[in-house]
Amino acid sequence: MAFSPEVLIVLAPLLAAAFAGLLQKFIGDKVAMGVTTASVGLSLALSWPIFIGFVWGDETARVIELFRFIDVAGFSSTWSVRIDTLSAVMLVVVNTVSFLVHVYSIGYMAEDPHRARFFSYLSFFTFSMLALVTANDFLQLFFGWEGVGVASYLLIGFWFQKRSANDAAIKAFVTNRVGDFGFALGIMAIFFCYGSIQFDAVFEAAKASPGMLIGIDNFSAPAVEVIAVLLFIGAMGKSAQFFLHVWLPDAMEGPTPVSALIHAATMVTAGVFMVCRAGDLYHLAPFASAVVTVLGAVTALFAATVGLAQNDIKRVIAYSTCSQLGYMFFAAGVGAYDAAMFHLFTHAFFKALLFLGAGSVIHGMHHEQDMRFMGGVRKPMPITWAMMLIGTFALIGFGIPHVGGFAGFYSKDAIIEAAYASHAFGAQFAFWCGVGAALLTSFYSWRLAFMTFEGKFRPNPDAHHDDHGDADAHHHDKPADGAAPAHESPWIMLAPLFVLAAGAIAAGFIFYPYFLGEHADGFWRHVMPVEHGHHDFPEWVLWAPLIVTVTGFLFAVIFYLWKPAAPKAMAKGPVWAFLYNKWYFDEIYDFIFVKGARALGDLFWKVGDRKLIDGLGPDGVAASSRFVARQARKLQTGFVYHYSFLMLIAAVAFGAYAIYAGIGGGQ
Amino acid sequence: MIAQMADWPLLTIITFLPAAGALLILLARSMQRGEDAGYDRGVRLLTLLVTLLTFAISLVAFAAFDPSLPGYQLVENVPWAFGAGYRMGVDSLAMTLVMLTTFLTPICILASWVIEKQVSSYMVLFLILETLMIGVFCAQDIILFYVFFEAGLIPMFILIGVWGGERRVYAAFKFFLYTLLGSILMLVAIVAMISIAGTSGIPELTAFAQQGGFSENIQIWLWLAFFASFAVKMPMWPVHTWLPDAHVEAPTAGSVVLAAILLKMGGYGFLRFSLPMFPDASAFFTPFVFVLSVVAIVWASLVAFRQVDMKKLIAYSSVAHMGFVTMGIFTGTIQGIQGAIFQMISHGIISGALFLCVGVVYDRAHTREIAFYGGLTHRMPVYAAIFLLFTMGNVGLPGTSGFPGEILTMVGAFQVNAWVAAAACLGIIFSAAYALTLYRKVAFGVIENPKLNTMTDIDAREWVQFVPLIIATLIFGFAPSLLLDYTAVSAQTIVEQFGRAAP
Repeated sequence: MAFSPEVLIVLAPLLAAAFAGLLQKFIGDKVAMGVTTASVGLSLALSWPIFIGFVWGDETARVIELFRFIDVAGFSSTWSVRIDTLSAVMLVVVNTVSFLVHVYSIGYMAEDPHRARFFSYLSFFTFSMLALVTANDFLQLFFGWEGVGVASYLLIGFWFQKRSANDAAIKAFVTNRVGDFGFALGIMAIFFCYGSIQFDAVFEAAKASPGMLIGIDNFSAPAVEVIAVLLFIGAMGKSAQFFLHVWLPDAMEGPTPVSALIHAATMVTAGVFMVCRAGDLYHLAPFASAVVTVLGAVTALFAATVGLAQNDIKRVIAYSTCSQLGYMFFAAGVGAYDAAMFHLFTHAFFKALLFLGAGSVIHGMHHEQDMRFMGGVRKPMPITWAMMLIGTFALIGFGIPHVGGFAGFYSKDAIIEAAYASHAFGAQFAFWCGVGAALLTSFYSWRLAFMTFEGKFRPNPDAHHDDHGDADAHHHDKPADGAAPAHESPWIMLAPLFVLAAGAIAAGFIFYPYFLGEHADGFWRHVMPVEHGHHDFPEWVLWAPLIVTVTGFLFAVIFYLWKPAAPKAMAKGPVWAFLYNKWYFDEIYDFIFVKGARALGDLFWKVGDRKLIDGLGPDGVAASSRFVARQARKLQTGFVYHYSFLMLIAAVAFGAYAIYAGIGGGQ
Repeated sequence: MIAQMADWPLLTIITFLPAAGALLILLARSMQRGEDAGYDRGVRLLTLLVTLLTFAISLVAFAAFDPSLPGYQLVENVPWAFGAGYRMGVDSLAMTLVMLTTFLTPICILASWVIEKQVSSYMVLFLILETLMIGVFCAQDIILFYVFFEAGLIPMFILIGVWGGERRVYAAFKFFLYTLLGSILMLVAIVAMISIAGTSGIPELTAFAQQGGFSENIQIWLWLAFFASFAVKMPMWPVHTWLPDAHVEAPTAGSVVLAAILLKMGGYGFLRFSLPMFPDASAFFTPFVFVLSVVAIVWASLVAFRQVDMKKLIAYSSVAHMGFVTMGIFTGTIQGIQGAIFQMISHGIISGALFLCVGVVYDRAHTREIAFYGGLTHRMPVYAAIFLLFTMGNVGLPGTSGFPGEILTMVGAFQVNAWVAAAACLGIIFSAAYALTLYRKVAFGVIENPKLNTMTDIDAREWVQFVPLIIATLIFGFAPSLLLDYTAVSAQTIVEQFGRAAP
């Protein structure tokens, strides 16, 4: 068991979480917040040098092993901290966003009575996520996977008195478990086929026998395809991909810093990370990769369409996240793992920025989240507005080919180009979905910006702000003409926005050469099966994203600045209702799965257990009361016999033992 | 020091120390005149001390036991008539179950502090029950095993029937009827085995069977007779319906013992008798057991989802979790069997703790109806945190002891039949649904029932009950190897014994 700084990166947040969680009664909120924030700060300070070492230095990949987790005849897992380029990228993403969210939350949660618990959960989440990204085998990966799931469950349901928050928390956990069903089976299949669950051993074995078949009864299929599809089912749950995406929008019930950290920047990207980590398997599995490509592409487009029609500011960003994760997946599906990871990296900055910016708006607007009741927020919250603007530019991937642009420009365009260049099944479909989604992304992003910040304030007719009892706050926020009754957020909330904004602007052009450009081979050090070659694209492919982005912007200007009546008219149409209701996924799932499980449960219980089993069994035996009485008498007599039998045997045993003891004593 | 103590009849001491305590209480009672509250307190304390002492001595046995050696250790042998005898001995499988029993019983006694009715009788029964439970795992003679195995019914039957809830007589009757049915068949089979093999020693019977002493035809019948008994004890679907009723009516500590230890006798029986002694029949019936196990997992999980009574919900979840155990055992793989043993221990800890959690609120509000509660986190934050941990354990979260057993049994099953593993894997979805829904209904939300406004958080005694279970859940969650390494040799032996089955 070796102790080293790398181990501290992972363990520090756990220790802080335990400390703050267990002793919250004694240490008070301030200490709890301080300790947890400092611990993540420490992890942050320790992980950037590692990342920089991979970028510019001569950091080497290595594994620090702690102690055995499980070891049963080859099914063995060791608690480890694996450091390579892939985990180094994740370390800085997780720790940076987590640290900033910790700081931000000091301001955002200032009035919450359960701050210590909140910070404890945040740090516990950070620990689980770090354990996930530094895993050296599939089982520790699964541990982290489930750990972040629990943290997500706890934080979505943080306001536990709210029924909707609790339901969303359970929905998130159970939907993720559907994915885990696939993941767990994938682990079993990996062990069955390759006799190990250690990453390197598994990848070596898979490369050694790429044609291995897995046979179940009369059905047989290429093992690596089956494994890759099963693992991807897990990734679909965690990363909210089409079919298993339903939990993510509801997860917005949690406090906004949570949405930024867990449901935008880190946890939901775990699925992408996992596919990249297992890139050696997907590389051998064209069918599974095609599944990843197509589902990713569908998600990118689907989520963007739903994002068009949402009114809750956080839900728009949530669907945007879902859509951007789709981009990452289809990048991985066409084999551009490096582009997927690069988008994961840049997305963490600008999506966290957008969420924390939205949180700032919500905070300033006294917990109003509905954009229909916003407008004119720019004037009272100019800094937040500027930061959100940067985030929007980064999200839509604004940039000029051959010149440069925001972070999202480098990563998203790389994905779209990779899809275009690929000859894999589904790649062209993904390319067009990607371009289409870019159009929609631009539209809904500007829609959000305009509805929130521009125009005149539209008060909520049903609002009862006095319920909050913060009449003083209202007093301070006397609205100027047409401006919203909001106040700019405190510096402790704005400072993290600045850092993230810097990332949203600069992360693209600084790191592009390393993730994707000329230094990529040196940076990645072959941790994923990617060939970093240079492609020549037709000019229109390079310009297409910019063209659709500008088009989306213009539509948004028309609909939400010039002709605000138009969307209202459209909102009465069936297409809008279809989008607003998220393609009716919730209703369909509720009918099939929730109601189905209830009905089946009732059937098994009331008909199966009670009528059939008990009816034919014990109750049937005791059908009439007379019969019961007779049985009871019989039972009693039987009981006496039983008892005397025991007594007899026990007496003999005791006697025998007394003799034995006597003999023993004599010796 | 410990090496010398290994020569003592440690297992006999551990087994009969509780019975001796019971005798002491009976003697004291015969001298007791009239009602005296101080007397009840004394009885409780004495019982607690006896069970703690038993645990302490079992720790000595644990230390004296060398898990790296195959076969039985701490063996004691007193010959008696017809080749039968008083023989005790344990392998690492039995040793862990003995430890589980001695570890949990003092916690049960603490949980029984609230019992006011006929305290001394209750404690006497509980101590006798402990003797009988430990005896089951230590017995090396099949007749002795049978006596312990069946006699355990009696104190449990009385505990439910006297200290139980409203429908206690129905529940006790059902419990007895089911288990008796199985045990009669097992007795017949035992007599048959002794007459064929000419010995009643378990090691000798195993060796005899391993040399092909029981023909395949006979094995089938013997297997079925044993199965009838063990399947009821597990309980396996479809002979599981006694369990929810028994749990609901049993006092808290009775539920804990029932779930944590008595259910494990079925799994122990399969591992000790069915697989090693009837390997051909076990192989023959494997598909049958797989189907029953998978049906148990899916069926019981869905039924649990619909329960309105906290204890019934947890009882059904026990049925589902035991499905993993039977599935793991009959895979005959090292992962499956190791996982099954682990799952038995883990389920003992977690389900025991969950029944204690129910007991905490039941003692305050006197109802187990889920709808009665809601928003308990406001009044009982510490309780809510503890309940959450064990709920997560029940869900099989990695990092709690609930995880390794489930995953290992499924890994084992996958190697034999991937469809079985896939069907069992559905359990991880369902368990999340029912366990978290229960937790939401009890702990989250706002307090709507005014009667809950007087609820108090857990007190010192309840803290003491929970702390050992919390520690065990987390240690075995993060370092399951501690336990897996301990049982490795026993599990390997069973795998080899089962592996001798004709293909």
